[in-house]
Amino acid sequence: MSSAHKAVALISGGLDSMLAVRVLQEQGIEVEGINFFTGFCVEGHTHAIRNQHKDKQKRNNALWVAEQLGIKLHIIDVIEEYKDVLLNPKHGYGANMNPCLDCKIFMVKKAVEWVKENHMQGFDFIITGEVIGQRPKSQLKRTMPIVAAESGAEDLLLRPLCAKNLQPTKPEREGWVDRNKLYDFHGRNRKPQIALAKQFGFDDFATPAGGCCFLTDESYSSKLVDLWTARNSREYELDDIMLLKVGRHIRPKADFKMIIARDAGESKFLEGYRKQFTSLYSTSHNGPMAIIDGDIEQQDFPLAASIVARFGQGRHADEVEVEITVPDNPPRHIQACPMKVEQVPQEWYV
Amino acid sequence: MKQLELDARRLLCPLPVIKTQNKVAELSSGDILKVTCTDPGALSDIPAWARIHGHKIVESIEEDDEIIITVCVGA
Repeated sequence: MSSAHKAVALISGGLDSMLAVRVLQEQGIEVEGINFFTGFCVEGHTHAIRNQHKDKQKRNNALWVAEQLGIKLHIIDVIEEYKDVLLNPKHGYGANMNPCLDCKIFMVKKAVEWVKENHMQGFDFIITGEVIGQRPKSQLKRTMPIVAAESGAEDLLLRPLCAKNLQPTKPEREGWVDRNKLYDFHGRNRKPQIALAKQFGFDDFATPAGGCCFLTDESYSSKLVDLWTARNSREYELDDIMLLKVGRHIRPKADFKMIIARDAGESKFLEGYRKQFTSLYSTSHNGPMAIIDGDIEQQDFPLAASIVARFGQGRHADEVEVEITVPDNPPRHIQACPMKVEQVPQEWYV
Repeated sequence: MKQLELDARRLLCPLPVIKTQNKVAELSSGDILKVTCTDPGALSDIPAWARIHGHKIVESIEEDDEIIITVCVGA
């Protein structure tokens, strides 16, 4: 078998794509990795922000996997292009707001484009770590051909971990890859992958419970839908979707939402947004930084101040001084009576 | 030999890596890029990215709340 063939692999940072690459490397295929950043990726963001994650190693799993495999990894910013995938998924949503199948089609399509843009490097085909039946929508036997067709990859898309359950692709038919040395994994049982990982000597790998996307998360998705509903528009910017990952989100009025830090790490993170958003925090007691997303009227400042005071150390005090700063204006200080726990209606929590 | 600076402050992982990657693509072997970040994840991610692409980390400094990573572009 010739070793002149090259593949580009979609690397998520999880075990499956790691195994898929190693399976081909074992056959002498040269592989490089590609990873797409949509803005919704579950990576180091929350670890970097929150104090409670300080013990977790702050590593990008895709980079870490690439280094373990000894391959180059190209990380591509697709934040803008991904908006259309999220807002207009042709195949609908999977769990919560996850445009599961459209997302996979989009990523393989981007890989096809990347291969064309880098044709001088001679990539022959694309691989993924997909396993039939592992995901409820994008990784089904009937949807896998849809991904291959609609992405434009056609039969140059090889899934080494479940290839034996699918029709032979061009790399197999042409003998670039030995089909007999590929796998027939299927279903949600992870034991075959764990066994293969052991065989390859991989003993450290990421196993994110909900996949690698915040859009599969119910809480995150409900915050996103709330944002769209409040703005009467589904437009979003990167800052919007990053802020959905941070703090308590409380909407006391339809026109504005408060994002209240849950620890010092989040307070520090929100401080970085004070030039863009109205912000408030207690100056008489220790407490969280909060920012206002939306349009708050001056008459609602006492309400917002009493809410932020409820989450600080002055929550049992009669009065708390709160500094409120509207961007491009001097800060003002008001005395607020901290709201009692039971006074914050559950329906305000987004 | 060029010496450039890149401001990646307030960007969270993996954006500092993407910015570094894209800037390095415009540079030549031996050029120096000094990247300023605030995400502590950059301390592991930029060196990891540099290692797999054959670039060298000349220096990593943590100063107040900022991280300054100096990359020497490889061949």
